[in-house]
Amino acid sequence: MDTRLALVIDQNKCVGCHACATNCKAWNTAGAAGPLTDRDPYGKAPRGVWFNRVQTYEVGQYPNTEVHYLPKSCMHCKDAPCVKVCPTSATYKRKEDGIVLVDYDQCIGCKYCSWACPYGCREYDDYDGVMKKCTLCIDRIYNEKLPADERKPACVLACPTKARTFGDINDPQSEASVKILEGLGFKLLPEVGTSPSNHYLPKRKVKIRIDEDEILARKHVIVVTEKSSSYAEVIAEDIAVP
Amino acid sequence: MAAIEREKDGHLLGPGEDIKYTTCYMCACRCGIKITMKDDQIRYIQGNPDHPTNKGVICAKGSSGVMKQFSPARISKPLLRKKNAERGEADFEEISWEEAMDILVKRLKHIRETDPKKLAFYTGRDQMQALTSYWAKQFGTPNFAAHGGFCSVNMATGMIYSLGGTCWEFGGTDFERTKYMLLFGVAEDHDSNPLKLGISKLRDQGGKLVVINPVRSGYGAVADEWLPVKPGTDGALILAMVQVLLKNGLYDREFLISHTNAAYLVQMDEGDENEGMFHLIPEYEMEDIQQTVWDTKTKSIKEARTKGVEPALVGTFTSPEGKTLKTGMQMLIERVMEQYTPEKAEKICGISAEQIERIALEIGITARDETISLPIPWTDAWGNEHKTTTGNPVSLHAMRGVAAHSNGFQTVRALSVLMMLLGIVDRPGGFRFKPPYPRPIPPCPKPINSASKIKPNTPLPNPELGFPSMPEHLMVDDDGKPLRIDKAFSWEFPFTAHGMMQNVITNAYKGDPYHIDTLFIFMANMAWNSTMNTSGIIEMLKAKDDNGEHKIPFLVVSDAFFSEQVAYADLVLPDTTYLERHDVISLLDRPICEYDRVADAIRYPILKPKGECRPFQQTLIDLANRLGMQGFCDDEGTPFYNTYEEFVTNWEPAPGAGVGFLAGWRGKDGTDHIVGEPNKHQWDAYKRNQSFFGVELEDTIKYNRNINQGYLNWAMGTKFKRDNEAIVMHFYSEPMQRFRLAAKGLRKGRKPATEEQAKRILTYFDPLPFWYEPIEQQQVDAKKYPFHAITQRPMPHYHSWDSQNAWLRQIMGQNFLYMNPLGAEKAGVKDMDWVWVESPTGKIRVQVKLSNAVQHDTVWTWNGMGKIPGAWNLAEDVDEAKKSFLLNHLITEEIAHGHGQKISNSDPISGQAAWFDLRVSITKATEEGNWPVFKPIKPPKHMDKRPDILRYEFMRDKKK
Repeated sequence: MDTRLALVIDQNKCVGCHACATNCKAWNTAGAAGPLTDRDPYGKAPRGVWFNRVQTYEVGQYPNTEVHYLPKSCMHCKDAPCVKVCPTSATYKRKEDGIVLVDYDQCIGCKYCSWACPYGCREYDDYDGVMKKCTLCIDRIYNEKLPADERKPACVLACPTKARTFGDINDPQSEASVKILEGLGFKLLPEVGTSPSNHYLPKRKVKIRIDEDEILARKHVIVVTEKSSSYAEVIAEDIAVP
Repeated sequence: MAAIEREKDGHLLGPGEDIKYTTCYMCACRCGIKITMKDDQIRYIQGNPDHPTNKGVICAKGSSGVMKQFSPARISKPLLRKKNAERGEADFEEISWEEAMDILVKRLKHIRETDPKKLAFYTGRDQMQALTSYWAKQFGTPNFAAHGGFCSVNMATGMIYSLGGTCWEFGGTDFERTKYMLLFGVAEDHDSNPLKLGISKLRDQGGKLVVINPVRSGYGAVADEWLPVKPGTDGALILAMVQVLLKNGLYDREFLISHTNAAYLVQMDEGDENEGMFHLIPEYEMEDIQQTVWDTKTKSIKEARTKGVEPALVGTFTSPEGKTLKTGMQMLIERVMEQYTPEKAEKICGISAEQIERIALEIGITARDETISLPIPWTDAWGNEHKTTTGNPVSLHAMRGVAAHSNGFQTVRALSVLMMLLGIVDRPGGFRFKPPYPRPIPPCPKPINSASKIKPNTPLPNPELGFPSMPEHLMVDDDGKPLRIDKAFSWEFPFTAHGMMQNVITNAYKGDPYHIDTLFIFMANMAWNSTMNTSGIIEMLKAKDDNGEHKIPFLVVSDAFFSEQVAYADLVLPDTTYLERHDVISLLDRPICEYDRVADAIRYPILKPKGECRPFQQTLIDLANRLGMQGFCDDEGTPFYNTYEEFVTNWEPAPGAGVGFLAGWRGKDGTDHIVGEPNKHQWDAYKRNQSFFGVELEDTIKYNRNINQGYLNWAMGTKFKRDNEAIVMHFYSEPMQRFRLAAKGLRKGRKPATEEQAKRILTYFDPLPFWYEPIEQQQVDAKKYPFHAITQRPMPHYHSWDSQNAWLRQIMGQNFLYMNPLGAEKAGVKDMDWVWVESPTGKIRVQVKLSNAVQHDTVWTWNGMGKIPGAWNLAEDVDEAKKSFLLNHLITEEIAHGHGQKISNSDPISGQAAWFDLRVSITKATEEGNWPVFKPIKPPKHMDKRPDILRYEFMRDKKK
């Protein structure tokens, strides 16, 4: 089977810090897919090109509220609508690793792809007049000038909670595949049929069950002595067995 | 592809490419960064994988460091307020460094020759307190502090006075092994990458995370359980958990006996000078050595720490002289059993009794039943040998949410007692210290304690800051009046270990306790978001006396950016960024030590300073040299050090001391660590080693360090400690009782000067923790002001610093007032409405967003996002200036005290600014836009123009 590179993002760990977003910007603006233009950066309506954005959702009624952070970048869909609608074939999916890329020389900036993308992960750079997007840091992952253990997307290297895993989800042995399997990984909007490569791991709560016998089992205990409001400690060896 | 010229750390580098390592400073976290350079400019900043603090990861701020460098908010020339300009107008003339230094030296020379305390020197989160505090001490002024009083000094002092160390830089969770973690009042960005890495590890190991916070966000989002506590009530919650643990016998009795003073006998008889003090074997009178315990074997009083004695942990006893004695544990039990039931706590903190009890049982049973045992032998301070190192895998971490209240010290004391009961201090799976902590309780340095020690042209004999343990350590004059402008270490605020930055401007304006001449501020936005009552403070900075002179006569500000504070300066000294200067992350300040490792770090210039920017450290060295200050110059006034780099390499606290600002590569040939002669090639050694140094401790001295003989001997050898005495934890705080005795008039020596002072000490200096309603809230009508109002920093911004960062401000440019729908309904407010928020101090107009992730009686917002139009060289119409806001306008810096008097709105023990005690009312507004509206300021002419567009290649072209 062909390689299918993807990101697996663990919602049990994502604390919404935006490190993935800014480190992505830092690497890519100076990289092969850059620059990531920023308009009006110090003005009223600053707006720039980002390959990775973090959204915040509140779910549930207080006090049973859950807060979810959803870092979102190109899903590198298996059946990518952006590829289908592109009139110039500027957007294409690489057969060898499944990465969806844009050929800036072919792109005419018509934005069809951004309308077609159900995830909102397309960015129009109005200075260059082309669409830009996550490349899974293609200039890192195959870059032999970088140390071998740093040939990963910038977002993965940066993530302070290590919520992001990068790998080949067609390889059942890969860390990414194992995480999807063990962590009940899910895809965003499966109903639209794009078959995204990126996966998310849902929150799973750690619960502790305390049994009555655990409460009653005692190494020592404080007892009220006969004199009111006076206390004494009884340690295990002194506790009288009835 | 360009030709490969060389390899460095796995990177194949082409022409003009390089890899450099330094220390981040986008927040206070001190992570190691690896920078890819291209043609002497920054191409990419990433986390340094080899660095002990962040292990390769990096946060949103650190990743955006390059945009701080390119910020148009940089000031790069010395500036002098024009003669006819008012403070706050930012109408400056550019002057040369020579002129700037002449003006400042002339002023400081006069102050130093006449009355050194007329200089008040306050700094922000500067990470160079080793230098700044030394400089102030050598200048001879007691009026120095950094930001701690305004930040989280309750966390620091509450734990240091109990356990011998505190969270974050000085201690934290053993994430390798913990199974249950409680996070109290920890803001989103706190302890950024280390805590994030730790929580990740906790998740991997299936540990449980419980977040106690009025707001659920950030770390709270990944918590297994959220307890939306009402602000200021954590103490009641913690003491109820203590009650449950005691009731169910879920405490580590061996730990309490071996590591703490919980079993020591306290004298209960009232009315003499020993009331509440430890009972001593009569022939001894020295502190901390000959306390007594009740020996259950012989049923008699024995010297504590005697071999063969089995101390009673609980009980009331009678001494042969007929005195009533109780253990501290007994006293705590009496305190909490009836008074702090979960049911009573529920009414205070809003968390159900059932939930409090369940969580207390969970931590208690986890601590008891999941004990960790490591095959590491150790010997305690009394010679008892232990074959293994054991621990209980429960941990706690707390920060500003519990600290920024006027009951914060006692809340942190409660937290510390909870940790002692669980037996989780410096043991596997629990909370662990980082060297040089634990330190003696309290640590040795004491502030100067009499007016006679402040003399013209003379350094202070002691530091400006320290850790009092008796009234004689207070910094007051013979009449009991404060000697510091901020009134730290006074009877009102005795344990003010970090000073009280929040009082400086108000006190200087009022001339209370005296008038000063010069206020020297470094890297702190004290005119804006680093103050309470911002609108009032601004007026004080502008205020003049009858002669038309400013009430605060001269205001000097050093900063790298055009902050609001800069606009109010008379003299501005342009500082460098973290990428342009030498810095030390020193063991003398807040190092990068890990639990198992002594470590420190440096920064060195990756880039040339912009324009005429000069590192502030160098400015201090130059000032000291020109003033001929002792410690910097010889008796003839000849400087010892021309540069800060020379100072760092060569300075020692005393000639031949063998310790200094940096611990690594000491000794003539650079082979000594921690202790050794100065090494003139020390900076180069750091640069060769990725800008940090670290040495791991032996296994046998990694745990139980308060009473670990091996550790204590080692700590004395490395000069971290003056002696090798055990650091027995203060379950019961005798130093606090000493103050009480003074207030009762039962103790020889210093006594409070007024009845109010005595009453205050008697109320709050309880040697065992208790909860009381925050003081401001006792004075405010809760019906009129029904909501608590608090702030927190977001993960991608650090204070006001990052709104000028082109990337970070895109993530966050407007702060809203977050409100629970239940509260909003009561107030008649809908999502996105503009509302008036009012406190007894003032009112602001802000925009509301409804959120189910906030406690229903609480509203909150991001800190430091609102700006004065034009400040930070942002356009005047940006959201930060038009829609964002500061809650600070509503927070009073003073509250009522006694008869018509005012006192700082701070913790009565530690002096921590109580900015989370705020209560407000909320009503729908008819107009939109933020209020108050401030007159726009124009950035000084020399500053860069704001670009309309940013692209990587433009940024590079501009530099060329």
